[in-house]
Amino acid sequence: MGQYVAAFVVGGAICALGQVLLDTTKFSPGHILSGFTVAGGVLAGLGLYEPLIKFAGAGATMPISSFGNALAQGAMKEAAKNGVIGVLTGMFELTSTGITAAIVFGFFVALIFNPKGGK
Amino acid sequence: MGKKQEPARNSTQRKYVKEVNRRAPRPPVLRNVILAFVTGGTVCVVGQAFTDFYAWLMDLTPQEAGNPAVATMILIGALLTGFGVFDKLAKVAGAGLAVPVTGFANSVVASALEFKKEGLVFGVGGKMFQLAGAVIVFGVVTAFIVGLISALLP
Repeated sequence: MGQYVAAFVVGGAICALGQVLLDTTKFSPGHILSGFTVAGGVLAGLGLYEPLIKFAGAGATMPISSFGNALAQGAMKEAAKNGVIGVLTGMFELTSTGITAAIVFGFFVALIFNPKGGK
Repeated sequence: MGKKQEPARNSTQRKYVKEVNRRAPRPPVLRNVILAFVTGGTVCVVGQAFTDFYAWLMDLTPQEAGNPAVATMILIGALLTGFGVFDKLAKVAGAGLAVPVTGFANSVVASALEFKKEGLVFGVGGKMFQLAGAVIVFGVVTAFIVGLISALLP
């Protein structure tokens, strides 16, 4: 139960921060989501994102910042094993699920459905 | 989201636009932020439920179960977009739906659908990552630099 409260509060807080940026700055959603991804990668490098996941569970893995974290984690883990080349080979090791799911589900949903509204 | 004001053509119109902007209600930031907090938190709770479910179903650690949970949330985001429900929910939820992976799925499907009429290859295949591509590019570049630093530091 505690895990669910932590997921709600931390996940909600990350989204609330996104909303503050949306409403009070001129940045587009694309800028903000890219920024969150970069922030996730940087926090991973500083060793701060994994503890957040331990604490908040899905509250930290569902926001897009976890994509940046997972990219950096994959790169760093392989780099620790195989040196610099590991940065290239490990990059997508942990994010394969998200990217593959987005491509495959996106493709089939686009095949099945048609755009709503407009003509 | 941000509606663009038509550029005023003469001074009367300009004055009018100024007056309208002055009297227009400020964007209800506090209300939007609370809605984003509640909906975003709820999305993460659903994600947590899927994580726990997969951990139980397939006997995975919580970390391993995160992967199928993320995939499930992406599927849900994609389907909601396909059914045309996502935009209606996002009008209320704002960043609460956009910041989680559901928003990533939405941007992929919305782009693919928008350009579907240009064909499967140029439209769906080529434009699918029109919006989400930036997230991948900046994520990878960041991770590359972070990984490089970690590889070179002792």
